[in-house]
Amino acid sequence: MDKILSSPEEAVADIQDGSTIMFGGFGVAGIPFTLIKALYERGTKGITAITNSPGGRLEDFDLSILFQKRQISKVIASYPVYAGKVNVFEELYLKGEVELELVPQGTFAERIRAGGAGIPGFYTPTGVGTIAEKGKEKRTFDGKEHLLELALKADFALVKAHKADRMGNLTYRMTARNFNPLMATAATITIAEVDEIVEVGELDPESVVTPSIYVDRVIKGEKYDVGFK
Amino acid sequence: MTSGLSRELIALRAARELRSGQYVNLGIGLPTLVSNFIPEEIGVVLHSENGALGFGRIADEGEMDIDLVNASSQPLTLKPGASFFDSAQAFAMIRGGHVDVSVLGAYQVSEKGDLANWMVTDRRVGSIGGSMDLVSGAGSVIVVMEHTTRSGEHRIVNKCTYPLTGRGAVNTIITSLAVIDVTPKGLLLRELAPSVTVEDVQAATGPRLLLAEGLREMEL
Repeated sequence: MDKILSSPEEAVADIQDGSTIMFGGFGVAGIPFTLIKALYERGTKGITAITNSPGGRLEDFDLSILFQKRQISKVIASYPVYAGKVNVFEELYLKGEVELELVPQGTFAERIRAGGAGIPGFYTPTGVGTIAEKGKEKRTFDGKEHLLELALKADFALVKAHKADRMGNLTYRMTARNFNPLMATAATITIAEVDEIVEVGELDPESVVTPSIYVDRVIKGEKYDVGFK
Repeated sequence: MTSGLSRELIALRAARELRSGQYVNLGIGLPTLVSNFIPEEIGVVLHSENGALGFGRIADEGEMDIDLVNASSQPLTLKPGASFFDSAQAFAMIRGGHVDVSVLGAYQVSEKGDLANWMVTDRRVGSIGGSMDLVSGAGSVIVVMEHTTRSGEHRIVNKCTYPLTGRGAVNTIITSLAVIDVTPKGLLLRELAPSVTVEDVQAATGPRLLLAEGLREMEL
């Protein structure tokens, strides 16, 4: 079994217009820059992006480039805009060119986890009494109101990991882990971009965070020296 | 009237509220400054919703690593005993009641402890992030903020006019002027910033304040 592909272009070649795609990453860490660039070059349009944030901290490399090229038509996110700065997403959103489904971050994470685990929905106390409860079924447990939240799934997940073996087992580095292991479980096709590819047997089984069963394709990412602003 | 404490001093006063052995999440903005003032010896463990527990101060030039950041994407350092985990587990810790204290910024807090901190209505879009999970799951919620807006409008109000993060969510408010507890009877003024009077705080606050027995000046 060998899931390694030789180029990012090949890895995203069958991502059609109108696809729902999960993108890993939080702030500056754990973003699949190489796969995002390949998707930018491929020009896939009408994307529904499931992502914690639509980018803007590293706008030359993150999802901002897909918004610049008008490739994304809907975003499901928890942190779409930043204080003191207007990102490309916000410009397009205010012009009515992109839709937004805004989700509390813990609910966002759990909806993806549920999607990957075959659980169609769950009840959470988060968001009761706020706009997050709009249109949702409520149920009381132990005297406290909860909202029914539904699982999220995608056609593709583009994730960033640290190391992969040829079977697709993945390890992560520090806070670059974030949403990546969850998203890897919740898509029909999961594509991982990694810093290093090793032979089967070289990863300590105890260190594997995403087992190979969830991973369909692996590419070695380009080196991005993005730095801190 | 005095403008009260600087942002650094608000953070310092908030750090004094933390106790040994607590697991604490610091929100984006002013709350992240609190980490600079927590005495090493009291053993507070900091939680970050992007997947880290047990980090230390913000990293200096030369020790920064793009894979090691807080929820505001500032570079972190680690302390012995640190751990990493994915976002679902980060929020299981919050929602499951394992995080003892959440320190959050705010636009408005109401007399009943309702919190509005994710969107100013004029902008038409805002970021919820982890704030709604934190106020529903954390053991207690401390708000740190300037007492009023730059133009002098009240932030402690009878009823929030901005979209809510949670109802009855806030336990304690630490501002540039005062420390105030949210109680079933109303807002209880517990401490005053140096050279600030009860009248100053009341003039800058919407709801009527109750005065705590033993109301005193903050120790900074």
